[in-house]
Amino acid sequence: MSIAVDQVSFSAGNTLIIDGISLDVSPGKVLGLLGPNGSGKSSLLRLICRLRKASSGIIRLGDQDVAALSRAEIARRVGFVEQQSTTETQLTVADVVRLGRTPHRGLLSPWSSEDDAAVALALTRVDMQKRASQLWQTLSGGERQRVHIARALAQSPSELLLDEPTNHLDIQHQLEILSLVAKLDMTCIIALHDLNLAAMFCDSLVVLQAGRVVAAGAPEEVLTEDLIAAVFGVRAHIAKSDIHGRCNIQYLMA
Amino acid sequence: MNAATGERYGRWWALSVLATAAILLLGLAISLAVSIGEISIPLLTTAEAVSNRLFGTAFDISRIHQGIVWDYRLSRALVAASAGASLALCGTILQALLRNPLAEPYVLGISAGASTGAVCITILGVGYGVLGLSSGAFIGAVVAFGLVGILAVSAGGSGDRIILCGVAASQLFNALTSYIVTTSANAEQARGVLFWLLGSFSGVRWPDVYLSVPVTLAGFVICLCHVRALDAFVFGVDAATSLGIAVRRVQIVLLGTTALMTASVVSMVGSIGFVGLVIPHAARFLVGPSHGRLLPATALGGAIFMVAADIVSRIIIPQQILPIGVVTALFGAPAFAVILYRVRRNS
Repeated sequence: MSIAVDQVSFSAGNTLIIDGISLDVSPGKVLGLLGPNGSGKSSLLRLICRLRKASSGIIRLGDQDVAALSRAEIARRVGFVEQQSTTETQLTVADVVRLGRTPHRGLLSPWSSEDDAAVALALTRVDMQKRASQLWQTLSGGERQRVHIARALAQSPSELLLDEPTNHLDIQHQLEILSLVAKLDMTCIIALHDLNLAAMFCDSLVVLQAGRVVAAGAPEEVLTEDLIAAVFGVRAHIAKSDIHGRCNIQYLMA
Repeated sequence: MNAATGERYGRWWALSVLATAAILLLGLAISLAVSIGEISIPLLTTAEAVSNRLFGTAFDISRIHQGIVWDYRLSRALVAASAGASLALCGTILQALLRNPLAEPYVLGISAGASTGAVCITILGVGYGVLGLSSGAFIGAVVAFGLVGILAVSAGGSGDRIILCGVAASQLFNALTSYIVTTSANAEQARGVLFWLLGSFSGVRWPDVYLSVPVTLAGFVICLCHVRALDAFVFGVDAATSLGIAVRRVQIVLLGTTALMTASVVSMVGSIGFVGLVIPHAARFLVGPSHGRLLPATALGGAIFMVAADIVSRIIIPQQILPIGVVTALFGAPAFAVILYRVRRNS
């Protein structure tokens, strides 16, 4: 399903955080959300899955307005992966992924074979099926993030939102998680900091600055030397990579 | 039958055995609590006395035994069981909602408020003749919880803020209680208040059973209706929301339920510590963190522990009854230290 954000604003207290943002993602595509710290990436993702309420504007999943959907209806179609959320409770990997079935289960409905199948598929997709009985506390940062993605996939969503899923991970795990996301046939919006990784894995990019969209389009149109200078305050040299054919950014020091 | 289903049936079987054992153990604890005391009554006589009242049988037992069993000890044991179950349930709910392993029923300022309410009635004579000690304590508890609620909402409403507001309110109400006791109470009153503050089942009769058992059962059912939500809180409020949980509604319903359950326990038997803190952790070791299993386990565990603690409080020193809070703390404090140690090691 597509995601469409139309003229959406959001304030926390008196501070305007999202200022009239519009964007579109076609079904099955991956949109990268870029921008400096505090530019509104996390807030925008939270507005899309209605963890926060937009003060104005409309957000549509397919042809439905999120404001008109119930909490559980949203959870059945949108998976959301936070940055680094953890717990002290002694849970296994399978326990965490099973949480993803919460929106599909009624108060009295027992655990079904459909639930089992969704959990098994989610674990397989992130390659954690052999670790299902391992304790959460014994996992590395990259593994935890993969389990969170599996939990979101167990919701059987048609849209997936990821808030800087590669933060604090080593480069191998960053590449692993992003190639995993790019291979899912879901509509994804992913907030990222690494411009090169965004160029490699996203179908389109949106760059935010102070709660506004300053550029949007295909990675090679969006990532220009002028834009990087204007938004991030960094001088860069951009060339097309001989290896993957996407744009490759090299930073220049004064 | 595949491996996963087989494993689940195996676990279900083990849990059924555990549940049956716990229910039998609770029955045994209550029977012992009724038999043991200054006048010791054989278990058989106990059973006959109960049967005489419940089923109209005509076993030949002395009126004194009949009276002790039915009018004093059975009602006391049933109130102890339901108070233990209530406090343990409240602890489990608060630890899950506030995501804090040290949360317990009194963290919301409820017991401090109850004691202030109680001393206002017994020492200052507020509402004299209209309100009893219990209703004063109940009102105090609800006022304190309301204050904590207002403070917490205006401070942002996160789990840690709620706990901080609860701590602040507890300090305030404890100070008020001490102020009233030191400035207005005579020695006799002060001793009475102290005894009540540490918890006591003496003076508990059937009307207390008719209040505490339904409150515990109703609270248990409300909590059971929220097991999925409680499980979903494990990664925090945003994660729970993104799993489709109406977080605000669940928080209000469950915090309100725990406040009322705790207030009714405190107003009846005083503030009994450690049960609400320790039993949920002990139950988690036994049955794991899933609330579908954890809630029944904590309720049964709390009930058994409290009935056992009541027995100990009556027999440990001959001719004297210890405040129940002293017994639960003597066993609870070492267990609390172990929990602290584990929390530090895990983080």
